[in-house]
Amino acid sequence: MLYDYLIAPFVDMAAAPDFLLQVLWEGLVSGILYALIALGFVLIFRSSRIFNFAQGIMVVFAALTLVGLHAMGIPAWISVGLTLAVMFVLAVTIERVVLRPLVGQPDIILFMATIGITLFLIGFGEIIFGGENKVMISDELGIPTGDTVLEPFGGLLILQHLDITVVVVATLLVAALLAFLNYTQMGRAIRALGDDHQAALSVGISLQTIWVLVWFIAGIIALVTGIAWGARAGVSFALEVIAYKALPVLMLGGLESITGAIVGGLMIGMLEKLFEIYWGQPFLGGNTETWFAFVLALIVLLFRPQGLFGERIIERV
Amino acid sequence: MLYRTAGQFKTSYTADQALFPVRQDAVLLGVILLFAYVIFPLTASEFAYQTLLIPILIYALAAMGLNILTGYAGQLSLGTGAFMGVGAYACYKLITIFPWMNPVVAILLSGVFSAGVGVVFGIPSLRIKGFYLAIATLAAQFFLVWLFEKWAWLYNYNASGAIQVPNLEMFGVYVSGPQAGSTTQYYLVLGIVTLMTLLCINLTRGNLGRTWKATRDMDIAAELIGINLMKSKLIAFAVSSYVVGVAGALYVFMWKGAAEPNVFDIPLSFQVLFIAIIGGLGSILGNYLGAILIVGLPVVLNLVPAAVGLSISSATVEHLNVMIVGGLIIFFLIVEPHGLAQLWRLIREKLIIWPFPH
Repeated sequence: MLYDYLIAPFVDMAAAPDFLLQVLWEGLVSGILYALIALGFVLIFRSSRIFNFAQGIMVVFAALTLVGLHAMGIPAWISVGLTLAVMFVLAVTIERVVLRPLVGQPDIILFMATIGITLFLIGFGEIIFGGENKVMISDELGIPTGDTVLEPFGGLLILQHLDITVVVVATLLVAALLAFLNYTQMGRAIRALGDDHQAALSVGISLQTIWVLVWFIAGIIALVTGIAWGARAGVSFALEVIAYKALPVLMLGGLESITGAIVGGLMIGMLEKLFEIYWGQPFLGGNTETWFAFVLALIVLLFRPQGLFGERIIERV
Repeated sequence: MLYRTAGQFKTSYTADQALFPVRQDAVLLGVILLFAYVIFPLTASEFAYQTLLIPILIYALAAMGLNILTGYAGQLSLGTGAFMGVGAYACYKLITIFPWMNPVVAILLSGVFSAGVGVVFGIPSLRIKGFYLAIATLAAQFFLVWLFEKWAWLYNYNASGAIQVPNLEMFGVYVSGPQAGSTTQYYLVLGIVTLMTLLCINLTRGNLGRTWKATRDMDIAAELIGINLMKSKLIAFAVSSYVVGVAGALYVFMWKGAAEPNVFDIPLSFQVLFIAIIGGLGSILGNYLGAILIVGLPVVLNLVPAAVGLSISSATVEHLNVMIVGGLIIFFLIVEPHGLAQLWRLIREKLIIWPFPH
C-alpha cells in the first residue's frame, strides 16, 4: 500500500527517464507561462499594492483583440501593434477611471475593484468579439508548428517547435523586463515606488505615470501569454483559468519578488505535471492540476509565511 | 426629526444594551418584518419568489457568514462557494442516510460539517495573513470542488454526477423537491435566515464579537491584551463556515433543487464576496442591502430592454449585464468604499435633524 504511493512512482520515473523528461518539459513550458503571468501580478503589486485579479482576463482580452483585428483583414504584425495600442489605452483608462479615485483605500477595496474590471472586460469582450472559441493566428505570426524528436536514454522526447518558441520568447521577455527594471530610469522608478511610496513621491517620481506604465507592461505580458497559450489551446474565456494558476506561484515565490515569480512559476509548472502524471492519474482520478499548486503553496507557506523570496514581514504594534 | 432620540430615556444598563436602543429602529424593523412575513407572501408571484425573494435571503445569509470572517475577524476568504458546497453535500448525504430526519434539522446540522471543514482550512490563518491567506483559501475552493466531482460517494454514485433534491415532507407539507410550493419554501428560508441573523447580531455585539474586532484591527496588539488569537480566528472560521454551510444547504434544497459541482465554483465565491463588500464589511444590515442589489440588479436589467421596447438577443443582454454589474461594482466602490450600510448610517444621521439644516 505505502509502497504503491511512496516508492512505485519513483521506480516508474527511473524506469522510463525519457518519459520523465517529456513530463518535465511540458511542465517547464506551462511553468514559464505561469511565471510570465505572475510577473505581471508582481509588477503591479510592488508599485501599487494592488492585487490585480484582472491579469487573467487581460490575457484573454489581448488575445481576443489580436484575433479579432486580424479577422477584420488587418495584417498580423500590424494587428499586434494595434493590440498593444489597445492595451495601452486600457492601462490609461483603468488608471484614470478606477485607480485614481481609489487611491489610499484599503487593499481589499482595490482588489474588489480589479474583480469589477474583470467582470466588465468579460462582458465587453463577449459583446464585441463573441464568446465562441477562436483559433490563434499562429501561422500568420510565423510561429513554427513542427516538432523535433530527440532520443535520450534510447527513448523518445518530442519537443513541439511551438513550445520551444514559447520558452525562447518568454525567456527573452523576462530578460528584457529585468534589464528594463534594473538599468533604465523608468525601471528604477518602478522599483523605488515598490520600496517606499512616500520616499519615491518626494524625489519626484510620478505615481500616475508609473501606474500607467506597469499596467501597460502587464498588458504586454498578457498579450505574449495570450498568443502563447492561445496557440496551444485556442482563444476563449476559458483561458482565464490559467490566471488562477499564477496565484499559487505568487504565494510560493512571494508577492513582491520578481525572482520568486520566475522560480515559483517553473517549480509549480513542473511539480504539478509530475504529481498529475505519477500520483494524480493513477490514484486520485486525475485533474489534480486544478488544486495541487494551491495545496503545495499552502504547505510551503505554513513554514515560510512570506513565500520563498518575499519580503520578511516585520510587525510592530 | 424622524430619528430624534430625545425623550427616550434609559433607566437601566439592560435597557441601554438592548438590541434596539432607539425606538425608530425597532419600528422600522417591525415594518420590514411585516412586509417579509405577511405582505410579500400575499402578493408575490412564482417569478418573484424564485428570482428575487428566496435568492436574496439565501445570498444575504451566505454573505453574513463571510462577513463574520472577513468583516469582523479580518480574515479574507475566497472559498465561500466551496463551503456552501460542503453544506449542500452534507445535507444531501444526511437526507439519504437518514431519510426520516426532519429537513430543517438536516439543514441546520449540515452547517456543522462545513464548520469542521472551515476550521481545517482556517488553520493556515494562524501563520498566513492578508492576500497570502486569501490565496490559501482558494486552495480550499479548488480542492473541495474537485472533491465534489471525484468522490462519487458524495452524490450516491449516480450517473449525472449531480445531486437531486428528493421530495421531503414536514408535518404533511412538502418543503423541498419538485413538489414543494414556493410559499412554503419561502417561509422556511425566511424563518431560518431570521434565526441566523439574530444569532449573528448577538454574537458580533457580544464578547466574541469584540474579540474578533480586536483581532481584525491589529492582531498582535490583540494578543498582547490577552486575546487568544488561535481561538479567536478558528472560532471565526467555524461560525462563518457554519452560516455559509447552512446557506449552501438552503441554496440547493430550498431554491435550486439540484446542483452540479461546478455550481460551487469560484464565481459563486466572488458573488458572495461582492455582496459582503458592496453591502459593507463589518455590518449585518449591509448583507441584505448588498444581496438586494447584486441579486436584484440582473433581474431588473433583464426586464429593461423589453420594457423600453428594444429587441436585443438574450445572449447580448446577458453580456451587457455582466458588463454593467462590473461597472457598477467599480462605481459603488468609488462612491462609497464602506458599502451600502455606511450609506444608510449617513442617511440616518441626516434624518435626526431633518428638515432643519442644523
